[in-house]
This record gives sequence, C-alpha cells and structure tokens, in this order.
Amino acid sequence: MTHILVPVKLVPDLVEELQIAGSGNALDMTWLRLIISEFDDHAIEQAIILKERSGGEVTVIAPDQEGMDDVLFTAAAKGADRITKLSGDFGEGFNNHALARAFASAVEGLAPDLILTGVQGNNDLDGSVGPCLAEYLGMAYVGYVAGVSLEGGKAVIKKEYPGGLIAEMEVALPAVLGIQAAEQPPRYVAVSKVRQMMKETSIVEIDAGDLDPSGGLDVSRMYLPEAAERAEMLQGNEKEVAARLVEIFKEIGVI
Amino acid sequence: MNNDIYVVIEHLRGQVADISYIMLAAGRDLARETGGKLAAVLLGQNAQALAENLAADQVLYGENAALAEFTSDAYQQALAGLISENQPRAAFFGSTTIGTDVAGTLSARLNIPLVSSCSKISDGMIVSQICGGKIMAETKLADTTTLITMIPGGYKPEQGRGGPPEVKPVPVSVADLKVALNQYIEPEVADVDITKEKVLISIGRGIQTADNIELAQALADLLGGAVSASRPVVDQGWLPTSRMVGKSGQRVKPKLYLALGISGAPEHVEGMADAENIIAINIDPGAPLFDVAKYGVNVDLFDLIDPLIEAIEAAK
Repeated sequence: MTHILVPVKLVPDLVEELQIAGSGNALDMTWLRLIISEFDDHAIEQAIILKERSGGEVTVIAPDQEGMDDVLFTAAAKGADRITKLSGDFGEGFNNHALARAFASAVEGLAPDLILTGVQGNNDLDGSVGPCLAEYLGMAYVGYVAGVSLEGGKAVIKKEYPGGLIAEMEVALPAVLGIQAAEQPPRYVAVSKVRQMMKETSIVEIDAGDLDPSGGLDVSRMYLPEAAERAEMLQGNEKEVAARLVEIFKEIGVI
Repeated sequence: MNNDIYVVIEHLRGQVADISYIMLAAGRDLARETGGKLAAVLLGQNAQALAENLAADQVLYGENAALAEFTSDAYQQALAGLISENQPRAAFFGSTTIGTDVAGTLSARLNIPLVSSCSKISDGMIVSQICGGKIMAETKLADTTTLITMIPGGYKPEQGRGGPPEVKPVPVSVADLKVALNQYIEPEVADVDITKEKVLISIGRGIQTADNIELAQALADLLGGAVSASRPVVDQGWLPTSRMVGKSGQRVKPKLYLALGISGAPEHVEGMADAENIIAINIDPGAPLFDVAKYGVNVDLFDLIDPLIEAIEAAK
C-alpha cells in the first residue's frame, strides 16, 4: 500500500502586522499569529486526492509549534490516516535545514513511498524544507508541482514553468515533491468534524532530539521595507477617490 | 575557496531566461566586493550559442546529453561536482521553478548555506525579501561557498547583457538519474490574451468570492480591458490559468494595471512590475504592492467599486 507522508509547518499570517525583534535580526514572535503554510495545505490536499484515487495511507507530520494540534486534527478530518508531531525546541525561530533534518530522522521509521510538502513557506530564508529533506534522505526532489499521479514505482508529475507551460516528468519513488498547487483547492471541513477528530484520534509524538541548525544563516539585520518609492496615496471619501481615479484614467488615456 | 562568483544560467527551450541576466548584474556587484571573477555556468547540449550575450568574465560550459532539458537531479549532479571542485565564493540561482529545485538540494548535499529570495546586493550584503515582501533581511557571505537564489526587482535584465565572453568547456558528470522529462505541455489557448490588453483589472484574494468577479468584469468592460488575477484566485478555480499574472503565469505590461485586493507578494510583482501605470486598491495599509504602485488607495474595495463605476460612466 502506498504510504504518503506530508511534512507541514506553520508560518506567519501575513494579514497581521509583522514586527522585528529587539535583536534586530529576527521576527518578533511574541504576538505573531501562525497559520499553516498555504502550500503545505495544498500538499495535504494533493495527498488525500491521491489516496482517494489510488488507495494508500496519508501521514501528516509537523513540528510542535503553538497551534499545530488544530492543524493536525483538521488534516485528520480531511482524511489523513495518521497525524504526528515532532517534539523538540520549535518554540522560537528555527531554520529549515534544522527542520528538514528533524523530519528526515523521523521519516526513517515511517518508510514513506512518497513525500509531498509545500514548495515554499512565506518565511523561508535558508531555502525551503523539501529540497533539504530530499537530500538528507537520498531521494530525488522536484518542486513547483501542480499535479501528481502514481504509476508503478514512479510518480508522473506536472511541473509548472512560466507562462503556463507545463513539464510532465517521471520521478522514481521514493521521492519528495514540492507542491505548488493541488489538483483542486484545499477542501473545507466543518469545525464539528475537527472536534470529533479531537475525540477519536490522537497525535503520535516523535522526539526530534536536539535541533541541528547547521547550513542555516547568520542574519545581520531584518527590517521593514523602506517606503521610499511608495505610491501616492489617494485620500478622501469613496466618491472623491473615484473622481480622482477617473482623472488619472483620463490622464493616461484609458478613458 | 576562491573569490569567484558563479551565476547558473537558466534557459528553457533555447531561450535564456531574463533572471539569468538579472543574476549577472547582481553577481557583478558581488564580484566587485570579493575581487573575484564573474563566471556564468551554462549547462546543456549544443547550447554554447546561448553564451553570446552573457555579461560575464567567463562562461563555464558543461555539455552533456542528460542536460539537454532541465531536470533537477541532472543539474544538481553536474553542479555539485563543479562547485565542490572549484569552491567559488558564491553561486547564484534563479528563485524560480528551475533554480530553487537545484539550490536547495545542493545546500544540503554540500552542507553550505543558502540565502533565498535575494533582490539586491548592497555593500556586499545579500538583501532578501521574505514574508510576501513585508520583511527585508540582510545576510553576509558565509565562510564557505554561499548559494543565493535571486528574485527580480533590484536589477534590470539589460544590466546583465554584454559579451560575447570567453567560453571555457568544463567536464560534467551525470549518472543514475531519477527524474526524466516526458514532454512539455503547451498552455491552453486562452479566450483572452492578457499580455496584449491595454487595461487589466487584476483581482487577488481580497475579491473574496467568485461571484464578486463580476464587479471587476464590469470595470474592465467600462475601460475596454480584461480581468486578470493573482495566484490564489486561479488556485480557487475562479479564473483559468491563462488569466494568472506572476511567476508561473504571464508577464504583463498594460497601460493600466488596476489591482483590487492584491497584496503584492514578490511572485506576483514579478509578472506586473513593468506595467506603465499601477494603481493598487487594498484594505491593508502595509500591502507591499503600495511600494510598487504609482497610486494607492487604502480602502475596502467593495466600498469603492460602485462609486468608481458611476464616476466612469458619468465621464464617458
């Protein structure tokens, strides 16, 4: 039976205001709202689509970040067979090399045929998790994948190129694929179903041991973008703004 | 380790990608700091002619049948050998569907750091944009070869055009491949070619529902344009891929790009930064698109659309 593993992580919710920590070289985590990385959400969806189409089992694995339990129970409600949490020092910032190593040590016991993860996370600075994980496991990696089917010991994937061009590739399994988009948008599950999962399922914990951040970065400074070339902001009520926009449309010759 | 800077040239189906020239411009800035040579690394089969316009001191050309079309593991094997043998100070890759596949695995394989999403080299620092363009990060070159993935924005492709440079063949070894290209699938023929429209009303996550797209369409009809979109709208299945602007979508240069509820992540900006007049309407005052746009309106777009439609109708 095909075993699909989906490593996921939480990233800053970009709808919220982001702030720099007192150190000046990291994000301030104090008030940061974390949500599942949207590409990881697509990876979960793609795994469940594959399971529904060709059978198999889906395991979702994640670092023990605050708020992760809800994400894992939501994955279970969507159709993941097992939900697993890596315990370790994931409270403050950690880099993707360290996370990929932690995933790799856990994966050895799980023996997946295919690993699907988000092609990137919005806070990736030392590369994304997927390529590192693939290399630590000695597997092939292909990213920007927007379509997967399993045929024999291979995955036939659709890789996106600019301008809408697609490359169809064959990848020998086991392999790691960086998912850009699932074949359909991530499904919605009712909160009641997630609550039911909280009663019926449990999260398996795996000890990730001490994290090894080597290969990560020594960031000198983080800052908010300077607003030097900021747009001219149009002020006033909606009618005034609309009138000004019409003037601009006339100036540039589209009316 | 030496002080040379490598730029891994991206090309697809006989065309050098613009990001390659952008990387050469950045690589030149970095080579000036390190005092090394700027070398373009070109991999392929019968691809030597692609070296012609590269503004590099030297082109290292690796020829191999397995490199005729891009696959991640063939590129990775070829470059792992080249980088570990020659130990340049830094190597640039596109933060693209090609470059990120390779740079990430090389970082882990060679145990060297990778700095992603670099838009600019400034005083020898690698300046990256993360969190959808809302946070900037500065990183120094490490004590080992540093890999860098590059996004557009800080340089123009013209800055990296020049040549013809000296071309030096280099041996590359590739074996036991796990990834193979079956075929390219051409994009579906679109009902509208957004690259040819003079006016684009472009919608993002802020449009909220598929039903609201008709509001954007009404504006597009009034201004004689078409509706385009950022990735989340297309991923929801609300508009076809042919309408997508950005990294995996189309690059557009309309006279007017009116962005409704698009925050302006670098992946999107890449596709529309060259538009003549960009107007961004967003409820989030911190939306990075306001740093790219000529005019900005910080309101709820649903409060503005009706008055705007009325004002345009009155003006016509």
